Amino acid sequence: MRRALWVLAVLLSHWRRHRMQFATLLIGLIAATALWSGVQAINQQARSAYDRAAATFGGVRTATLVASNAATFPQDLFIKLRRAGWPVSPVLEGRVQINGRAMRLLGIEPVTLPADVGNAPRLGAADLSSFVAAPGQTLVAQETLNDLHEQDGATPSISSGAKLPPLHVQPQLVPDVLVVDIGVAQRLLNKPDQLSRLLIGEAKGKPAQLASVVGDQLQRVEPTAETELERLTDSFHLNLTAFGLLSFFVGLFIVNSAVGLAFEQRLPMLRTLRACGASARLVNTVLVVELVALALVAGLIGLVCGYFIAAALLPDVAASLRGLYGAQIPGQLTLKPEWWLAGIGISVAGALVAAATSLIKAVRMPVLATAQPYAWQQRQRRWLILQSVAACAVLAVALLLLHYGQSLIAGFGVLAALMFGAALILPAFLEILLLAGQHFARGPLALWFWADSRQQLSGLSLALMALLLALAVNVGVSTMVETFSRTFVGWLDGRLAADVYISAADNAQGTAIRNWLKDRSEVQAILPGGRAETQVQGQPVELLGLPDHALYRERWPLLENAPRAWTQLVPGNAAFISEQLSRRLNVRVGDVIEVPAPGGTWELDIVGIYADYGNPKGQLAVNVAALIRQFPQTPQTRIGLIVPRDRIPGLIAALQKQFALDDRAVADQATVKAESIRIFKRTFAVTSALNAFTLGVAGIALLTSLLTLANSRLPQLAPLWAIGITRPRLAAIELTKTLSVALFTSLLAVPLGLLVAWCLIAIVNVKAFGWRLPFHVFPLQLVELVTVALIASLLAALLPVLRLARMQPASLVKVFANER
Amino acid sequence: MSADKLSRRAFAGGIAALALARRAHAQGYAGLGEAADGFAKVTPGKVFAFPADHGPHPAFRIEWWYLTANLVDSNGAACGLQWTLFRQAAKPGPQGEGWANQQIWMAHAAVTRADTHRFNELFSRGGIGQAGVEAKPLAAWIDDWEMKGSERTDDRSLSPVTLKASGTDFNYALTLEADRPVVLQGDGGYSRKSERGQASYYYSQPFYRARGTLSVDDKPVDVSGEAWMDREWSSQPLDTDQTGWDWLSLHLSSGDKLMLYRLRQKDGKDYPFGNWIGADGRTQMIAGGDIQMTPKATVDVAGRKLPVEWQIAIPSRSFSIACKPLNPRAWMGTGFSYWEGPISFTGTHAGVGYLELTGY
Repeated sequence: MRRALWVLAVLLSHWRRHRMQFATLLIGLIAATALWSGVQAINQQARSAYDRAAATFGGVRTATLVASNAATFPQDLFIKLRRAGWPVSPVLEGRVQINGRAMRLLGIEPVTLPADVGNAPRLGAADLSSFVAAPGQTLVAQETLNDLHEQDGATPSISSGAKLPPLHVQPQLVPDVLVVDIGVAQRLLNKPDQLSRLLIGEAKGKPAQLASVVGDQLQRVEPTAETELERLTDSFHLNLTAFGLLSFFVGLFIVNSAVGLAFEQRLPMLRTLRACGASARLVNTVLVVELVALALVAGLIGLVCGYFIAAALLPDVAASLRGLYGAQIPGQLTLKPEWWLAGIGISVAGALVAAATSLIKAVRMPVLATAQPYAWQQRQRRWLILQSVAACAVLAVALLLLHYGQSLIAGFGVLAALMFGAALILPAFLEILLLAGQHFARGPLALWFWADSRQQLSGLSLALMALLLALAVNVGVSTMVETFSRTFVGWLDGRLAADVYISAADNAQGTAIRNWLKDRSEVQAILPGGRAETQVQGQPVELLGLPDHALYRERWPLLENAPRAWTQLVPGNAAFISEQLSRRLNVRVGDVIEVPAPGGTWELDIVGIYADYGNPKGQLAVNVAALIRQFPQTPQTRIGLIVPRDRIPGLIAALQKQFALDDRAVADQATVKAESIRIFKRTFAVTSALNAFTLGVAGIALLTSLLTLANSRLPQLAPLWAIGITRPRLAAIELTKTLSVALFTSLLAVPLGLLVAWCLIAIVNVKAFGWRLPFHVFPLQLVELVTVALIASLLAALLPVLRLARMQPASLVKVFANER
Repeated sequence: MSADKLSRRAFAGGIAALALARRAHAQGYAGLGEAADGFAKVTPGKVFAFPADHGPHPAFRIEWWYLTANLVDSNGAACGLQWTLFRQAAKPGPQGEGWANQQIWMAHAAVTRADTHRFNELFSRGGIGQAGVEAKPLAAWIDDWEMKGSERTDDRSLSPVTLKASGTDFNYALTLEADRPVVLQGDGGYSRKSERGQASYYYSQPFYRARGTLSVDDKPVDVSGEAWMDREWSSQPLDTDQTGWDWLSLHLSSGDKLMLYRLRQKDGKDYPFGNWIGADGRTQMIAGGDIQMTPKATVDVAGRKLPVEWQIAIPSRSFSIACKPLNPRAWMGTGFSYWEGPISFTGTHAGVGYLELTGY
């Protein structure tokens, strides 16, 4: 034991003399653990939020019965089914407004609620009798209570004037959802004896055939393995995980080079220890113990950093998910013990993997072996060939996936294989480039320059691969975000056609406002709007009412349309369909779609397809008057106005004064647009932040690789100095070499990045969001990125080069004495 | 005195709401111990009126329709079944409409053979038609389980009626017929628990002849035998010092019926009671001191030791029998759990019956 401690003390003494190296090792491990565990923390948090959501959605993992051709159906069918032995539980869902804030109201029936509804929170356990018996309870998340500025037990009114049962916090609920007893929901939503759906519990016994009980009034919706929302959010998390994994590998590159260097430098030390009588087993064990101890320390620090990264990004993630998919996740971070354990585990495992080559070398080292310089050329050739073969195989997989893959996962698979393959093939590419350089080189120094660059390749390749990947991801993601941004802003311009938007509290106020506006001289047009919700082929669909006005004809962009599409829309038997819904239902212009309406089926000719970015719901746009005819319950509270620009502030002030409307209820186009763009920007904030992190980590990788190489390359440089090349000259050559290799890599990253962007836009986007974007290239952005990469490389290369330039001639002489 | 049996079922009924919340928790029931404030009181001198009293009495806190049957299948093998519908009012006051109705319904059904015991439970809110009871013609239902009369059903004997229930792996359908009127228990149907002044309204139909089909694992067999129905309602709760009870209903081969139970208390004492119903329908109470109930053998079920074999003697009637269960593992693992299964007995008298054990 004592002996082991001494060996450990000797080994550790190395770090005291090489503090920078020690720092790189720790930075590598910390960066790897921090980014990986940070991303995991976000994912974990979001997932537990979905589980909460899943429960309130009425169990996305539960089979349900829904009306075949309407949003709701009579409660009578529920009783009929129960009496026929169907273990069903009723749900009524709708939207209500509290203080101008829209909330989802969910009516459930706790007595029949299946115990196995997804990961349902145990609503039954929250005092059942106070939930069911009058006055009942409104279960809400703490966040909702805060948003409403209400206390537990308060009874706020909804816009119809009815009071909610006392609010009661239920920790497992998602924000913006109110859960009440089904009877209360029917009263609040003014849908007596109506239900939205039936959850099907575990059958005990043999229920009769569905059709024999309710005819064709209800249809069964199986719990799809993945719901739309799950699929969408999964894609988001896959994205994050991919970033996390990438960062983790880049971090391991750093660890690998630091450990490799330490091993090379400690070879004489190990030999001495062995010669002093320490057994190979003891020395190796101590090496492993040392590494694990370092990994534990770095892992802990990394976890703390990861926690802060996650905590900093989570609000953006929450905003992203809300903005993109309407999925609510709370903005606060809570972590499970498993997260900490997994983080430490991955840090230790990563360190061991990264150090594996060095450790194996140490195990195999004969006692008296001297540190032989590498037989670079032969080793490298074999290694290059093997790696290139692997790269080709991976790229072939990418092609296969691209051709045959249908799912979102396949889309991400293409991306991963593409990047991995490109990284693997990079050294071979550079080798060919350098070989070509060497071929055309004249003069001994130039020849040496190229040959030495080639020799350096295997040592630098991991760092260069990291740089390539980080750059490619950066190029890809920023191209996509920029494309998305431009398309979105252009689309928004068209969408926000009116100058002022008003959202009245209820129909009465809506009418009052319209009447009041008629007498205002500055109002050039009043454009009513409206929305209704229904289900088409089991999918929730939003119906958007558009007024018949020239402004819309001019500015509402259509991707495809039939001739005279806007004119066809007016009579009320035609509709535009959103791009997402048209893909989902496989509907084209010229098709007919049957929409369930309260008065019966509403047949609509599809006369146009429009882009509806960022909307998780399918949408149909119809004439607003027709919408109100078909859905008389549609709230007539949305009003758009056309007003000369200079008279907008005055009108808004007058409106606010007259009707006590707050900022949310009345807004001018510029504000709405700014708000929309702000929300949109936030949705990609996480991506940008992680992007920056990855680039930073790649820079660190490059720096540490160069530091590692700098020392091991002294034996190569010393002879050059000895034959008369000055140290500054040597340093300049070294710098040129590093920068040129980095430049090659950056230039290779550009086409790879564009390919990544294309994959994101043409494959991943379509699968995840349901829309396809036009593909734009932004050359200035690319130049910018390549410059940033070169500056990073320059900074990374500068430190070792400066050391070389300043190195005492005596040190270079020592190289001959010690190593040669 | 049969009010003590009320306690047993009051417990079961009272626990229904809690069982819904998936926690069978004896202390939680203590809330019922407070008062019957606002609920109708059980007072002596009630004149029973049929068919009205076959229907529900929502002004009272708890009520049940409880049936057990000792049957023999077409192969001569003995079996038993249970069908119970409990009503519990969550709070007193006028009946709310629709979902605002304050009644909660719970039902248990079981089938017991020597080699297997199957059970199931159901829950429902009142007021919406998923569960309920109507007096004329009798219809007591929850989901697809029901006890149902017809235009032919006689109000006095509550006969004939049909019965059905099912579970994942069993179902049954019976026709029940009796040629004698229902029997009012206690003092003209006012059944008082002497020491505590608690009481219930209570009548039984112990003379049913049952016939029908019983199916376990999709293998239907014809069955026939005897059945016993209890109707009871009250607003009085269970006392907190009662820990459980051992209850028997016996069909003697002579045609007489006997109901016996022993109420166990925290202090370790127990109080036996009995009621002898002659084949002519006359009832005679048996003094507690005259009943000897001795557990003979226990069985480990669901982590509990349950006395499933009994030696029972009533010296004044020269009655001495040994009871054995048809299946010692007749455990009702429902939200509120207990042991309930068919038994047979021999000795000075022979016959079949049902045994219920709670609070173990």
